[in-house]
Amino acid sequence: MTLPAWLDDLLWTYQTLIHSLGINGLLALAMYVVLACGQLSLGQAAFMGLGAYSGALLTMKAGLPFYLVLPASCVAPVAFALIIGVPTLRLSGVYLAIATIGLGEVLRSAYLNIDALGGALGLNGIPERAETWMIFALLALSLTALVLVGRSRFGRAMEAMREDPTAAAAMGIDVARYHLAALVTSAVLAGIAGCLAAHQSSFIGPNEYGFEPAVTILSFALLGGIGNPFAPIAGAWFLTLLPELMRDLPELRLALNGIIIVLAVLFLPHGLLGWRMRRTPEKLAGGAR
Amino acid sequence: MLLETNGLTRRYAGLVAVDNVDLALKPGGIHALIGPNGAGKTTLFNLLTGLVMPSEGQVRFQGTDITALPAHRRTALGMARTFQNIRLFRSMSVLENVLTGAHSKLSTGLLPTVLRLKSFRAEERAAVAQARAALELVGLEAQAALPAGSLPYGDQRLLEIARALVSRPALLLLDEPAAGMNPAETVQLAALVRRIAQTGTTVLLVEHDMGFVMGLSDSITVLNFGRKIFEGTPAEVRAAPVVVEAYLGARLAARLRASHAATLEVADGPRA
Repeated sequence: MTLPAWLDDLLWTYQTLIHSLGINGLLALAMYVVLACGQLSLGQAAFMGLGAYSGALLTMKAGLPFYLVLPASCVAPVAFALIIGVPTLRLSGVYLAIATIGLGEVLRSAYLNIDALGGALGLNGIPERAETWMIFALLALSLTALVLVGRSRFGRAMEAMREDPTAAAAMGIDVARYHLAALVTSAVLAGIAGCLAAHQSSFIGPNEYGFEPAVTILSFALLGGIGNPFAPIAGAWFLTLLPELMRDLPELRLALNGIIIVLAVLFLPHGLLGWRMRRTPEKLAGGAR
Repeated sequence: MLLETNGLTRRYAGLVAVDNVDLALKPGGIHALIGPNGAGKTTLFNLLTGLVMPSEGQVRFQGTDITALPAHRRTALGMARTFQNIRLFRSMSVLENVLTGAHSKLSTGLLPTVLRLKSFRAEERAAVAQARAALELVGLEAQAALPAGSLPYGDQRLLEIARALVSRPALLLLDEPAAGMNPAETVQLAALVRRIAQTGTTVLLVEHDMGFVMGLSDSITVLNFGRKIFEGTPAEVRAAPVVVEAYLGARLAARLRASHAATLEVADGPRA
């Protein structure tokens, strides 16, 4: 496969940035899945870290091929989601946010203190196996699946429980089960994103998965919106591209990020892409209107 | 019996909201639950539908003990309800609200859904048809595409009924369905409830509008301070001294207080 010279050039120059767009898109979807059913669960950075560490170890220590490493890197995040999911089901709102951030910090200090995981130095020399097409194929696949699931009884249940969990339960929706399923899906998406990130930057360290990344992932969805699955990706891309445009003013970057989020919350309460996804299948669209 | 409770009790700190209530609801017909404010009607509704768990006692539905079942399981067994303070999914469309009410009747799994298999499309198409039929029954078919939150108040109450009906419940529980409706809307609502009962759905309703209750119900249970104080036909309830006392007792007390205050004022007058 040969690409035109200019495109090849562009891809080569901005490879890291292009990869970040795909990976941050997946993380934004991981955030979307839980927010779309009304859970302010902020464990995505922790899930990402588990996917990154377990994926990197499977490649470096076990020497597994990448097509096995990628699905296997979901195991640890999903296990963690099930462990924290059951006891935190009773929590909601800020309490859930605080609990999930706390659990993420526990993992961070575990990475710092376990020698096999490289401690504060992290893991170095991870083979670069995440290809651009892989990252974007996975993003497109996840996005498509979320749109299709969103336009069915599952999507209706998610939106119903976000609006009113009590009324949703009275409609026959098993709210606890949906919460857990959303958390597990979030863990799969973030775990894959973490594994891809580890295999494109060759280095991972504990601080990439702490409090700050957790808030950054939340801001993807805050800025983009949660009315449809395209919105959080738009938010992620905006916040990923912005620092590149501001490269000459590095000291202003973080401040500007903050200002944008404040402005978005004040003036774009439904996000950059504020439209609400229809909850009936597309083939029925004519009949359902 | 369709629905049976045995010594159903719910205590809150320092208050017995529902006190040792025995109910027995035969299948068919319209049954009302009345009582002065704070009598425990809504708490009893929440105990029956599983939104509140009892401190003591049992609930049996169609012969099954459902005391420990969570709300969503009871809905799947054939119960559906509306809420006193309307609880629609406001941002979702009118049709989507009704479809959500059919959740427990839909069973297509995740994979057929993502692959858009024939089974998925057939089930969704049937669900949309049933949702439209439910909307037609309450007269809201023209508003199907509007956001539920944009409907006028009376229509929102009707939408809640359609959302509950679409699961084809054996028992429909209506919590103050006429609240906030004008007299014309109330008359239409009574006709609708009668039509629902004629299709074989048993209706249990809580209502303060006595004209509505007396004209519509086959049997009435009266609660006061959490206890069942009377049970009978509308005519029997109207004639029962214990019911009249439960309602008028409060008003008489208020009148006595007022006349007492007036007497004090007169007594104080000359001295001032």
